[in-house]
Amino acid sequence: MYKYDSYDQAMVDTRVAEFRDQTRRRIAGHLTEDQFKPLRLMNGLYLQLHAYMLRVAIPYGTLNSAQMRVLGDIADKYDRGYGHFTTRQNIQYNWIKLDEAPDILADLASVEMHAIQTSGNCIRNISSDQYAGAAADEIVDPRPYAELLRQWSSFHPEFVTLPRKFKIAVIASDTDRAAMRLHDIGIQIVRNMAGELGCAFYVGGGMGRTPMIAPLIRDFVPLDQLITYSEACLRVYNRYGRRDNKYKARIKILVHEIGKEEYSRQVEAEFAHLLTQGIEPPIAELERIVPFFADPAYDLTAPDAIDRSDPLFALWYDRNCHAHKQPGYSIVTISLKPVGGIPGDAPADQIRLMADLARDFSFDELRVTHAQNIVLPHVRKADLYDVWQQLDAAGLGTANLDGIGDIIACPGLDYCSLANARSIPLAQKISERFAAPEKQAAIGELKLKISGCINACGHHHAGHIGILGVDKKGVENYQLSLGGCEGADTSLGKITGPGFDEDGIVDAVEKSTEVYLSQRKDGERFLDTYRRIGMEPFKEAIYAKEPVNG
Amino acid sequence: MKILTGNDLKSGAVVWWDGSGWSLHVEDAVDAGDQADAILATESAARRVNAAYAIDGTRADGTVRPAHIKDRIRALGPTVRMDLTLKPADPEAGSWVI
Repeated sequence: MYKYDSYDQAMVDTRVAEFRDQTRRRIAGHLTEDQFKPLRLMNGLYLQLHAYMLRVAIPYGTLNSAQMRVLGDIADKYDRGYGHFTTRQNIQYNWIKLDEAPDILADLASVEMHAIQTSGNCIRNISSDQYAGAAADEIVDPRPYAELLRQWSSFHPEFVTLPRKFKIAVIASDTDRAAMRLHDIGIQIVRNMAGELGCAFYVGGGMGRTPMIAPLIRDFVPLDQLITYSEACLRVYNRYGRRDNKYKARIKILVHEIGKEEYSRQVEAEFAHLLTQGIEPPIAELERIVPFFADPAYDLTAPDAIDRSDPLFALWYDRNCHAHKQPGYSIVTISLKPVGGIPGDAPADQIRLMADLARDFSFDELRVTHAQNIVLPHVRKADLYDVWQQLDAAGLGTANLDGIGDIIACPGLDYCSLANARSIPLAQKISERFAAPEKQAAIGELKLKISGCINACGHHHAGHIGILGVDKKGVENYQLSLGGCEGADTSLGKITGPGFDEDGIVDAVEKSTEVYLSQRKDGERFLDTYRRIGMEPFKEAIYAKEPVNG
Repeated sequence: MKILTGNDLKSGAVVWWDGSGWSLHVEDAVDAGDQADAILATESAARRVNAAYAIDGTRADGTVRPAHIKDRIRALGPTVRMDLTLKPADPEAGSWVI
């Protein structure tokens, strides 16, 4: 994986020293909160319901074991013993003290990490496919291109005060595992008819209060023009994106209002101009980056067979292990969704265990997924049983990937100052309702996502079943939506009807699964059945009046 | 009653105006009444507490209860981690919030 050069390290170290001085001046009373707030936000330090919250960037979700171990140590040393992995492949700490924040940034910098651009109206952490570099279905590892974009977007002077925040995802397979078309820019690395690599640009997607699926703006940008075309996309947005209304300031609104043709026309004009300016980094820079993401030294004799004699291991293998491009290896997803647990939360001991497993079994690499799980990308199949036993002993052996128990949930009103309702208790109740492995197995793939407010950090628009928490005259209320999907066939969920209270929404979810189980045809997932039969059968079941006794 | 709340500058902890300073415990909160704006202005100038604001609440049986669930969660801590709240030993704490 990528290693900082002297410029990267100097930038991060300088920022730590700068923030240390800003923090000192704030505590001494030399800065007001209005003056200090934008400075702390530039360093990922929010003020949430109970304390300061620090959001740490994990570029394209990739970590090494030393970094992961430091994340665990930070949880112990500065927080309350746990961290929260987020839907943007980052980690958040919920109980940070202001005067210790610079020390945390220094600890992060010691392992080439930071919290820069995890807040504010700038280009945020670049996200990617959590299986990058390991998936059998990718045409190339997308991470060198994500890294190039990271370098371009870090401290980019033109794009530090955009109309709103800006999120970019990069993938390189037809199976979209990064919700690419629900980003401000989604980039898919593709091959053209001549076999050359390039990028398809999808621009203007997003969730939030106005969810939109990004339209294809250009189907092929040569790889040696990736940065120039990205710059053109951002420039047009920066020029015309609305700054008068934060709810209409995202690029999706601009693309929607002027139309993709007009937006594309303006981007092409800007692109043509920029090509004359020579802003593309030299190809030598990309050639410098690519070897950092070279395949690890696989054991070419690793056996492909799996001993399935332990049924619990076999269940976990079938559920949580994914095909690897290298025979004899598997991609392991560690579920951070135990029954009744808090999605994405991990205690420090678990974080350090996952670091150790990466060091011992996965060429020192881990990934954070946007579904709030952790991936060991390169595990020999012969080692899987050992890995699973260690995970299971630590409470990390839950076999529920992409099932109804693998719930995405934002922190919600338990932690977040923007939330209208709690998300986590719903996730806990639903996972408990569907705790039986045979029940989950019968339902199969069902992606359930919960947001505690319209900002949609829990991706509810993209859930096969989505839940949105709202404030109804001071009381939590939950809207149910069906039919969302974040994959190659991205779709947005539709609201079923009136909302529910906390218990009612759990019942409504269960009734939805009952409709699916009774109506499905062979091989259909929940989403397939919904798309075939439509909303009505679900509504009838969900809103059916209970018979009156007597 | 009108309650004043904010977050302590250094720790970020939720605090409540107790008449002379800021307390970690909501039961210490006093009715700021028509002095709320003046107190907030003074305290804002002192720069010890962030983003202080006034909310409605009630007092009954010696307990102050903020009117809105968001402030009740702020007062106690996350409902999903009772071990991290200010009253981890109180079995009734959760129902007080909801």
